[in-house]
Amino acid sequence: MNPAAFDYHRATSLEHAAELLGSLGDEAKVLAGGHSLLPFMKLRFATPSALVDIGGVAGHDYVRLDGDVIRIGALTTHRSLSESTMLAEHLPLLRSAASSIGDPQIRARGTLGGSVAHADPAGELPMLCRLLDATIVTTAGSHSAAEFFQGRYTTPLADDELLSEVVFPVAPQRGEYLKFSHRLYDWALVGVAAQRVGGDWRIGLVNVSDTPVRALAAEAALAGGASLHEAAALAAEGLRPAPSHRASADYKLHLTRVLTRRALEQASS
Amino acid sequence: MKLPLTTTVNGTTRSHEVEPRQLLVQYLRDQLGLTGTHVGCDTSQCGACTVLVDGDAVKSCTMLSLQAEGRSVETIEGVAQGDQLDPVQRAFIEEHGLQCGYCTPGFIMATKYLLSRNPNPTEDEIREGIDGNLCRCTGYVNIVKAVQRAAAELASGGTR
Repeated sequence: MNPAAFDYHRATSLEHAAELLGSLGDEAKVLAGGHSLLPFMKLRFATPSALVDIGGVAGHDYVRLDGDVIRIGALTTHRSLSESTMLAEHLPLLRSAASSIGDPQIRARGTLGGSVAHADPAGELPMLCRLLDATIVTTAGSHSAAEFFQGRYTTPLADDELLSEVVFPVAPQRGEYLKFSHRLYDWALVGVAAQRVGGDWRIGLVNVSDTPVRALAAEAALAGGASLHEAAALAAEGLRPAPSHRASADYKLHLTRVLTRRALEQASS
Repeated sequence: MKLPLTTTVNGTTRSHEVEPRQLLVQYLRDQLGLTGTHVGCDTSQCGACTVLVDGDAVKSCTMLSLQAEGRSVETIEGVAQGDQLDPVQRAFIEEHGLQCGYCTPGFIMATKYLLSRNPNPTEDEIREGIDGNLCRCTGYVNIVKAVQRAAAELASGGTR
């Protein structure tokens, strides 16, 4: 299967890419690792008129500790995240969740910036941005994760704006990400992350809404002294997940509660 | 409009004009005639099209040929030295790691990538390392044994 025809442009820097995007109009798309965009194009879910390839742009593949934040370049691959010894010490949840994405070939090509900009509700990295209050830095400014994920594949990025860096606060305490999928390498039917931040629990949910969300009722229950079991029973409060051919809405809600309990228990053990 | 593409494929510099929407696997098979790289699912799941790009295992159905500009591509045709098989190829034969053989080029490239990064993998690490490749007839038991044998042979100084 081929994508529909498009014009191809190779950017030499993110600024150059932004200029190209500005001149190409709103039907142009950014190509990084291509592991979200190219499958969409091959299936004709996306038919951009032009691609701006930033895959060869140097200097945006890094994971750096900077005081109490970690700065990660947009072109950092899932593999780099999953192998980072610095993340193992300062943000272990991101490292382990990145290692659960896809398979080795996909992790070698897929990028943090691409995953976040693509804003797939089944994506682990958008959820972690939301869970950990990351700041999403672009060529035009910055966005808080809370306002970045506006809907399914929908973000406030302007046509000529590219993601350049994601800034995560450090979260050195043990966290746990669990996903349920039909095949090991597959997208999560449902995924749940549990992480302690200071004295509080945070719980992030994958693929149960149009955007990554936190299980606020369960978090509040834990803050109020509820047991892990009691809190997990509240993890699906207020959710109306879209059913798919693999999972009904009720099944997703069930998975949400079960995975939340397990993630809380494992993160506490 | 076709654009110029220059890559190194199995050690040889190749230059062609290609359509932007051409996939790397199409370039290798249709333009260079390297049909050892197979197309299975064509949706980045099965791994039959796995090749090495600058040493990284990639699914060549999910990469544009233009994304390989200036890079070094290794396919199954580049693995043996003349008629001297690579230890990974020999191990797949010795352990009966293939039956129909359709998935085998992808498995061998995935194995070479795995062993280049982790020369002494545990069985769990092997199973995770070949997680991006599907086999529908041999089964994975003998493939895992083949990877173990290849790792042992390489560790004992087996040459490629």
